[in-house]
Amino acid sequence: MSAVIKAISYYLPEKTLSNEQLCAIFPNLIPDDIVKMTGIKKRHISAPDEIASDIAYAAGEQFFEEHPIEKAAIDFLIFISDALDYKGPTTACILQDRLGLPKTAGVLDSLAGCAGFVYGLSMAKALIESRQAKNVLLLTADMPTKVVHPEDYELRMIFSDGGAATLVSASENESGIGDFVFGTDGSGAKNLMTHYSGARQPITKEWLEKHKDADGMKHGMMKMNGSEIFIFTLKVVLPMVKELLQKAKMEMGDIDLFVFHQANGFLLNVLRRKMKIPEEKFYVYLENCGNTVSASIPIALKEAMKEGKAKKGDKILLASFGIGYSWAGTIITL
Amino acid sequence: MDINNFIKELEEEFEEVEANSLKPETSFRDLPEWSSMHALIVIALVDIQYDVLLTGNDLRSCETISDLFTLIKKKR
Repeated sequence: MSAVIKAISYYLPEKTLSNEQLCAIFPNLIPDDIVKMTGIKKRHISAPDEIASDIAYAAGEQFFEEHPIEKAAIDFLIFISDALDYKGPTTACILQDRLGLPKTAGVLDSLAGCAGFVYGLSMAKALIESRQAKNVLLLTADMPTKVVHPEDYELRMIFSDGGAATLVSASENESGIGDFVFGTDGSGAKNLMTHYSGARQPITKEWLEKHKDADGMKHGMMKMNGSEIFIFTLKVVLPMVKELLQKAKMEMGDIDLFVFHQANGFLLNVLRRKMKIPEEKFYVYLENCGNTVSASIPIALKEAMKEGKAKKGDKILLASFGIGYSWAGTIITL
Repeated sequence: MDINNFIKELEEEFEEVEANSLKPETSFRDLPEWSSMHALIVIALVDIQYDVLLTGNDLRSCETISDLFTLIKKKR
């Protein structure tokens, strides 16, 4: 028994923010420089009343429109996001009802960021291989633009809202999702954090007042120490990739495609050069949607499939890293 | 390891800097183009070419390209 990625769909909010629009707000920026630095041309911005679970719902609906899969077949739903609806109930319960999934399905929320998709695959595989579920719908969605301060151009350049729906199913004769490598270093938590977003720092009247020009920053405010995050990534990603290859008894050349968390173009290019991965084996999909946090890998995978760069039977190495610090990787056979 | 090679690599990475304009005694942080992005470019280049991961403090402790080169040799 193995767990296989059967199909992916994704949804991006309609409204976009182009480099030209950003440069009109921040005259110190130049569109070509933004592309050079980040690899991004536009980001998607959720509507004021559209939150992460709405994005996940749209991705889910899109999934059942695009693929001939019955809702009745789904026996487990996992929702992964940095922005849950409530402290209770579980957001996945609400999504089960909205999507019309069976009442016999199990559900689970997991609060996770950039490493969230790979974590979700690990949970889905565990549920399937232990025969607790056959068809796991994994929804990964986020709304980072709601926690970025309007004056923080560095974060506005990078982050985009988006969501993906990935079906992981049981299979008797395919190899599917392989072994995982995980890593955690909570000492880096302070370097990428959404402040005033939970029990440790509840929102106060003073906070809302202080940020009244930014709608109170009522979902909290993300702060990033870019150079620390950059150095952390250079430190952990290569050892993770080496360990994944070792576990799978493979070499770099055995991998058909590398799909990393689409953090930003500059960082991805540095990682690719450091690992000496040829450009044609290193998939980047950032231009159109920026860094969509836990949705970035499935969005890139879907685009790679559409382009014919990821084909049935291909060995694809997934590597995710970010907020936490948290990192996770796996090698999948499509 | 040769400092002239290192300078050539730096000039290639810094698109705005002309070839043969950097010297061992150049104070890299005083370059008119220098920005926080360039600090990341230096960290990335040194990591890729020399397998040495510099920290922000390492960079701040260096004045000239020659200082930087000495530090990389020491950390290797």
